[in-house]
Amino acid sequence: MNMKDNKLKISGAESLIRALLEEGVDLLFGYPGGAIMPVYDELYKFSDKIDHILTRHEQGATHAAQGYARSSGKVGVAIATSGPGATNLVTGIADAQIDSTPIVCITGQVASHLLGSDAFQETDIIGISTPVTKWNYQITKASEIPDIISKAFYIASSGRPGPVLIDITKDAQFEFCEYNYKKCNGIRSYLPVPKLQNEQITEAAKVINSSEKPLIVWGQGVILAEAENEFKEFVENSGIPAVWTILGLSALPTEHPLNMGMVGMHGNYGPNVLTNECDVLIAVGMRFDDRVTGDLKTYAKQAKIVHLEIDPAEISKNVYAHYPILGDCKESLKKLTNLVKKKSLNNWIGLFDNHMKIEYKSVIEKDLFPSKDGLTMGEVINSINKHSKGDAIIVTDVGQHQMVACRYAKFNSSKSNITSGGLGTMGFALPAAIGAKIGASHREVVAVIGDGGYQMTIQELGTIFQTKTAVKIVVLNNDYLGMVRQWQQLFFDKRYASTEMVNPDFVKIAEGYSIQASRVSDRKNLDNAVKLLIESKDAFFLEVCVEKEDNVFPMIPSGASVSDIRLK
Amino acid sequence: MEEEKIQYTISIYSENNVGLLNRVSAIFLKRHVNIMSFSTSQSEIKDVFRFVIVVSVSEIQIKKLVQQIEKQVDVIKAFYHTDKETIFLESALYKVKSSSLFEERQIQNIIKDSHANIVTVSPEFFVIEKTGFRKDTEKLREDLSKYGLLQFVRSGRISVTKAPMGISQILNNFKNQNKKNE
Ligand SMILES: Cc1ncc(C[n+]2csc(CCOP(=O)(O)OP(=O)(O)O)c2C)c(N)n1
Ligand SMILES: [Mg+2]
Repeated sequence: MNMKDNKLKISGAESLIRALLEEGVDLLFGYPGGAIMPVYDELYKFSDKIDHILTRHEQGATHAAQGYARSSGKVGVAIATSGPGATNLVTGIADAQIDSTPIVCITGQVASHLLGSDAFQETDIIGISTPVTKWNYQITKASEIPDIISKAFYIASSGRPGPVLIDITKDAQFEFCEYNYKKCNGIRSYLPVPKLQNEQITEAAKVINSSEKPLIVWGQGVILAEAENEFKEFVENSGIPAVWTILGLSALPTEHPLNMGMVGMHGNYGPNVLTNECDVLIAVGMRFDDRVTGDLKTYAKQAKIVHLEIDPAEISKNVYAHYPILGDCKESLKKLTNLVKKKSLNNWIGLFDNHMKIEYKSVIEKDLFPSKDGLTMGEVINSINKHSKGDAIIVTDVGQHQMVACRYAKFNSSKSNITSGGLGTMGFALPAAIGAKIGASHREVVAVIGDGGYQMTIQELGTIFQTKTAVKIVVLNNDYLGMVRQWQQLFFDKRYASTEMVNPDFVKIAEGYSIQASRVSDRKNLDNAVKLLIESKDAFFLEVCVEKEDNVFPMIPSGASVSDIRLK
Repeated sequence: MEEEKIQYTISIYSENNVGLLNRVSAIFLKRHVNIMSFSTSQSEIKDVFRFVIVVSVSEIQIKKLVQQIEKQVDVIKAFYHTDKETIFLESALYKVKSSSLFEERQIQNIIKDSHANIVTVSPEFFVIEKTGFRKDTEKLREDLSKYGLLQFVRSGRISVTKAPMGISQILNNFKNQNKKNE
């Protein structure tokens, strides 16, 4: 008998679990079904090594995997059956694609001899997911599993991260095969990190050094590259004011003296207006989304653009980059820091302070310290800041509460702001918070959600209940799809078409899942309620009934210039 | 002002993976870019596939399209070229009733003048092949259509570039890099 016959043969399903273990996976989020049952059977056998969190909907599994990835920096994994299980993953995959979140999704598929026959629960998930994945692949033979899984993790996590979907036919899960695992560390057609070109850095340093009104705009690239320290040094050594996109939030502490606030549609006044006054704009790991730039024809036209970016396709995609610096910003920032001279930019920075004073008077003061009776979303966030001391991870959904939370939440450390940015997926927050808490169990995780979005994935309360994940949930209830209502008020003459909601008793629902719950509608009770929420060792639900028809300002009306940001 | 649109040939070298075709065409679909011609084949390198795609877009647009294509994991390298920078051809097949070949002497002259080849002759029909520029295959189509074309089909553009592509070098670099790492 030769060596080869001696080699142990295992099922495709077992190979999958072994490959996942090799990749350091100890947890999956998912939902079982016919076409993935062999894998679930192995999960049962390997339950001492690998955990499975049963979400209440496959969409929840992808968002939980995203939350996990974003709080831990690791790859999140979601698993589902074929057909409806697979299609339910799509929203989370699309969200991960546009927000560059590393997740691997595994779907079961009908047996290979049935492919193309419209078999029960057969769906072309490869075709469906192609435009929203970084890479996808259908496995029809057990022997392919180790290599493809290792490739999947490599692709999801390297370069600009993103979602990968692997579809495995049921016969491949059953089939016995030798198991040989080799970690993937390169693919010949794929260059994840472009090689840094020193000339690009020297050229950029020159223009930065000769600038008088430079501005840094940073995005999530800083967090994805784990370049927070390099970034901070660059900011401090150059003395240049820095502003953030919504996904860049928390990479630099809120209280940092050179952190000037948020750009974009509901960003701060100064950062937006002064974008059109700077002479050099240094973009770091951001992609000039239209929610950031407003009208491109009037965006930073006076400025020379320096763009530090890992993805060559982002260079000059929306905004022409005079000085592109391709590569990993962890490296390029370090080199750039060595070449830039510290500037005294007091007059220029003074302009940010002046704008902040204006914004404070007309917007912030009213949001945080209102004189009217009704509670504002801003004061709730303020109270969370007070009790979390800026150490919590804040997970937000999509709408007014999201903008308010991102504007006012205080952060001391990175990977603390988890929100659906590019896709704006309502329903993201609750499952993402579960994943975020599991990915960073030592940290406080507070989900801030609107009454609308909450009801899109409210079933994940069941997941919290079953897994006892200590997520803190704050629903800012205005009985409206508030952000849409705001647009209806401002741009559709207050015709509130289908934005008012008759809501159920959210406290009772939470209690139905044995989650401690309370409701606040009076200012005098707010602080204590938030205190109890934060101090609770277990999951806690707090509904805050806020003013129904408040608006979020400042605001750049869609298609307008960043200069035309409205304060009211 | 609309940017001026011109014809570009995109050449893609890729792994021969099922699904890449979908991925590439999705890039055009998403941006409402009409594909004027599309062909795929084996390339000069073993196990490397080649796509040739013709589109009519502005220069800014072609750059972005190629950046997006090249970003795909299974794409080794993508290029774009103007017509001047490539040697390109299309092939066309024309099926004509045999009776007209004998009844209409003119047809024989058309075939001779156009330097087309007769591929097959049968009692019922004959098939002509013509390879060349679009205007040549088009002219022949117009000329023959007077005599009743039974079928006409034209291939996608195939093209080679005047400048070298350097794909083997990219693949060799990767191989050497990997050896170093091992
Ligand atoms: C899945 C999904 N459907 C629709 C929308 C459009 N949308 C954006 S914000 C919003 C309203 C959100 O309402 P709510 O969750 O109550 O938050 P609020 O704005 O009131 O804070 C809607 C409907 C979306 N972003 N996502
Ligand atoms: Mg609401």
